[in-house]
Amino acid sequence: MKNDLRPIKFLKGGIFVASLLPLAWLAGQFLFGDLGANPIQKALHCTGDWALNFLLITLTITPLRRLTGWEWLSKLRRMMGLFAFCYAFLHFMIYIGLDQFFSWDAMVKDFVVHPRLIVGLLSFILLIPPTITSSTRMIVRLGIKRWQWVHRPIYLAAIGGVIHYFWLVKRDIQRPLIYAAILGILLAYRVVMWVVNRLRARPSAL
Amino acid sequence: MLVKREPDIKSSEITDKALYINRRQFIISTAALVGFGLQVPEFLYSSEERPRQKLAATIRGKYTVDEKTTSYKNATNYNNFYEFSTRKEDIEALTKNFRPRPWTVLVDGHVKKSKKYDVDELIKMFSLEERISRFRCVEAWSMVVPWLGFPMADFIKRVEPISKAKYVEFTTLHDPSQMPGQRSRILDWPYVEGLRMDEAAHPLTFLAVGMYDEVLPNQNGAPIRLVVPWKYGFKSIKSIVRIRFLEQMPTTSWVKAIPREYGFYANVNPKVDHPRWSQARERRLGEFRKRKTKIFNGYADQVAHLYTGMDLRKFY
Repeated sequence: MKNDLRPIKFLKGGIFVASLLPLAWLAGQFLFGDLGANPIQKALHCTGDWALNFLLITLTITPLRRLTGWEWLSKLRRMMGLFAFCYAFLHFMIYIGLDQFFSWDAMVKDFVVHPRLIVGLLSFILLIPPTITSSTRMIVRLGIKRWQWVHRPIYLAAIGGVIHYFWLVKRDIQRPLIYAAILGILLAYRVVMWVVNRLRARPSAL
Repeated sequence: MLVKREPDIKSSEITDKALYINRRQFIISTAALVGFGLQVPEFLYSSEERPRQKLAATIRGKYTVDEKTTSYKNATNYNNFYEFSTRKEDIEALTKNFRPRPWTVLVDGHVKKSKKYDVDELIKMFSLEERISRFRCVEAWSMVVPWLGFPMADFIKRVEPISKAKYVEFTTLHDPSQMPGQRSRILDWPYVEGLRMDEAAHPLTFLAVGMYDEVLPNQNGAPIRLVVPWKYGFKSIKSIVRIRFLEQMPTTSWVKAIPREYGFYANVNPKVDHPRWSQARERRLGEFRKRKTKIFNGYADQVAHLYTGMDLRKFY
């Protein structure tokens, strides 16, 4: 048993460090003044990209585990989800503190007129309950059914994140399209599995 | 990343090295020629890759603004030039092999001196002026650029449009072999921009052939570009090959692409937001805090009269 878990621990450690690399890169570039002509925007885009990347990685873990039978993958899901939240949080903080420099009235005006920002904020808020309840203790406390229910908003957050990106770009929608396509596949998988499970659960209905 | 992409430039399209070296020779000889007209030449080589040619103005324009200019690095590293790529920081590298000479500018339409001008012949017709002006992108970033060039009004006087000419249409080079971005259909190429005749003839409207005391870098629209400082940057069309005088308002590229978001006038206006982002403030490249955007990009005293009686919300 112990021998089984050790490689997973190493893997987890490695992936933890790797997940910090975008942040380290950003911090390094920032310190050396290497973020280009519009550094704040670059930091915004980088953290936004990685929030979305980690969200999609999180949503990939279950299908991948089912398809490959690699049960150990489930050990990584929580960490990926937490990184998604961390990068989304950084993204939001950079927006408030650096991009807008705490001009609250300007931000309010911005939000009222631009649905893109509202969608982004809602997606971030939707990530808060799953983050708070991510610990094993919380699973026990809430019970698996309720816990699952608290974690469903992740799907909505991912959809919102992709829309938030889509509405940002002026004309070249290639990258948001890639995100949308991947998310579409991941969601379609859930729908198919749900239908299959329904049918299996009630064989008499067939 | 996830999707395999075709390499941007096929090996068959990369310019032969001999030709490339000749090109440099060509630029030098052309510049020497131009030098007679502009009392230039002194060459600066920042690197082996790109010869940077000095260019000197004979006039310091009265329309110049007294503001700190954006660093050369920022102004040449952060460019919207969809003909090459939609990624602003890739443009500098992608324009390295762009050939801004030989170059012609076709002047046609309702104009007496309709002709295909060699760009150097065209430049020699005017005395070079240095003019520092603000540049505000629709994406809410801005710069202050010391341009070199001549007023569009002087050009218009020389080519003598007839009274039928109510608009001026500008066209960018269409050459997918040199401009890899034109191989994707992001916009309907070639890029077209336009001005109303009175806007084109306004003393603030400028045709730039250089900046920062140098020949215009490729990524900034070599060899000749428009500068309309009170309008969003996309009006200031780059690498112009045609200037046409028209009776009807031309359909410009961004209006054609997304009419709901872009209008013909595109005057800088903090009160009229782009549907997806605010125009109330902007970030000057190199600055930390955003600053408030001014109506007509701070040129209201000079240009507001052009639009009296017009609803700027409707004619955005």
